[in-house]
Amino acid sequence: MIAAITHSRLLKTIINIVAIVALIFSIGISVSYGAVDINLSTVWQAIFQFDSSLTSHQVIQELRLPRAFGAALVGAFLAVSGAIMQGMTRNPLASPSIMGVTNGAAFTLVIMLAFFPNVSNIVLTLASFAGAGIAVVLVFLVGSYSSSGLTPVKLALAGVAIGTLLSSISSIISLHFQLEKQMSFWFAGGLAGTNWTSIQILLISGGIGLFLALVIAKSITILSLGEDIASGLGQNNLLIKVLGIIAVLVLTGAAVSIAGTVGFIGLIIPHITRFMMGTDYRWIIPSSAIFGALLLVLADVVARLINAPFETPVGAITSLIGVPFFLYLARGSGGGK
Amino acid sequence: MTPEQGIKRRKFYISIVGLIVLIIGMFFVSLSTGVIQLSPLEVIKTLVGQGTDKQELVLFDFRLPGIVLALLIGTGLAVSGAILQGVTQNDLADPGILGINTGAGLAVVLFIFFFQDTFSMTSTISAFVMPLFALVGAVFAAFLIYFLAWKDGVNPIRLILVGIGVNAGFSAALIIFQLKMDPQDFRQATVWLAGDIWSANWSFVLALLPWILVLIPIALHKANSLNVLNLGDDIAAGLGTSVERERRLLLLIAVALAGACVAAGGGIAFLGLVVPHIARRIVGPTHQRIIPISTLIGALLLMVSDAIGKTILAPTEIPVGIIVAILSTPYFVYLLMKTK
Repeated sequence: MIAAITHSRLLKTIINIVAIVALIFSIGISVSYGAVDINLSTVWQAIFQFDSSLTSHQVIQELRLPRAFGAALVGAFLAVSGAIMQGMTRNPLASPSIMGVTNGAAFTLVIMLAFFPNVSNIVLTLASFAGAGIAVVLVFLVGSYSSSGLTPVKLALAGVAIGTLLSSISSIISLHFQLEKQMSFWFAGGLAGTNWTSIQILLISGGIGLFLALVIAKSITILSLGEDIASGLGQNNLLIKVLGIIAVLVLTGAAVSIAGTVGFIGLIIPHITRFMMGTDYRWIIPSSAIFGALLLVLADVVARLINAPFETPVGAITSLIGVPFFLYLARGSGGGK
Repeated sequence: MTPEQGIKRRKFYISIVGLIVLIIGMFFVSLSTGVIQLSPLEVIKTLVGQGTDKQELVLFDFRLPGIVLALLIGTGLAVSGAILQGVTQNDLADPGILGINTGAGLAVVLFIFFFQDTFSMTSTISAFVMPLFALVGAVFAAFLIYFLAWKDGVNPIRLILVGIGVNAGFSAALIIFQLKMDPQDFRQATVWLAGDIWSANWSFVLALLPWILVLIPIALHKANSLNVLNLGDDIAAGLGTSVERERRLLLLIAVALAGACVAAGGGIAFLGLVVPHIARRIVGPTHQRIIPISTLIGALLLMVSDAIGKTILAPTEIPVGIIVAILSTPYFVYLLMKTK
């Protein structure tokens, strides 16, 4: 088998180790770069020999480290979420941003901010899970009631339509309650507000999602061969799909509640990892997490660099990176026929 | 003429009359509602020159230009959508989904960004220069989409997907440029991009009017080409149409209409998509009928949306593009489920 030769276990392990090293290194860059550049040895000291009397150490501990970790986690979650969606639906365009999921999460967030302004961060996160769920359910409903199933183009259009609808309603609410400023942050996508509390929320909810994803990874591989084959092999497809959707919701909801709408990571990364890791989701899911983390940490550095001292929304950066890739997919398998 | 054709024809004339009545009715409703309430009688009085100075100011300087602009933009976008759907043979084509609106929007934002010191956004000169910039952006976007979707010909599905991608890319570029603006321009650009016509003045109307007056008659004149193209390329060529030439000309009209409308009213999505479908439901597949009916439905829909946006959460004004999206996406989703 060709796949077995090009995707040998050793090579895959090496790629992943290199990616982890690159990730650690880019987190280092992310922490040391900023309004005041701090050299890496200071970063090292701030982490391992923290001295609370030094401003640079405080900046690193309180602002930059949570931000870098936040970027890594959000990137990892979105990428894994996209990988699960693509594996389950066998649709190359399935991903949180294409399916309007991120708009859904922002939608419930704005409702919470408008009508229950004093709720805790935990409740906000739960609300964004619910919103992500609303969008997924709507898109799948469109797909299941349509005559030819959820083809790539239908998925993309349904995502655009439902995303537009939800974000339009969000805009009205935020205009009326004068939440534009708070909401523009969610819509543009940014990591500036990340602190240790948000990292905790991310770790808990994302941990559940990642764990679920890894548990069902093998079943997703089988599911990605086609539903008939999967059920022929004795797999309970419905159960796997339900678990998969729960994982997607938890991961996307957590990511969006912290970073807003970050585009295309969930679309690109699974394709790249499939290219390198082959078809086995027990490899694809963990590597998606690593590569997604790497991409978003770097994108966040670019977002701070490109128009310094002002921040560019990281969602705009990931979109610019993602669009050429999307076009490539649209011209290939996605838009073929 | 078969009886069925006769019914279609009668339906066509009845719809035209009905829509015009509705538009006139809506026109007066829009004129009389707002922060300062005017009774219909006062509106008529003011229109014939018998109103107070204050009433004249409200009517002629604030409300009328917005309403006229809504009529023109609705007309332009609807016809643009009707042509795009005919030319691409894709029921789900629309200048918004294909990224043409965003291309025009990006060009306008670049214009504001680079020439913001030269003239202010609402000045008369920029009202006339902006449509040209928007047109350049729209043509560029259309060309880019056509080019990227080309792979042994352009198939409708690829066209839509490439359009969605290009749209996302332009939006991202837009955000980056917008953030480099000073806060004043930024706010204007945001509101404007959401599709907004409340800051309208007569120079916008004058700038858009020639585009509509020239391009829509051409579109009507070319309606038969659209009918022929809809039969498929082979049959169209067999009937003696030079398919590619007609297609490019029609595309150019659609793109120019969308560009000019975006320059005047911002990115109003889904209007160009939904209106031709409603028109087709009423009068059947003939473009000689679809186009006129689309102009009226488009004008009516945008006027109604504008009125809703102004009143539903008053004093907060909701950009008209948002209302259009909320009104039309459910119908779009319904269409999506029905299309193969």
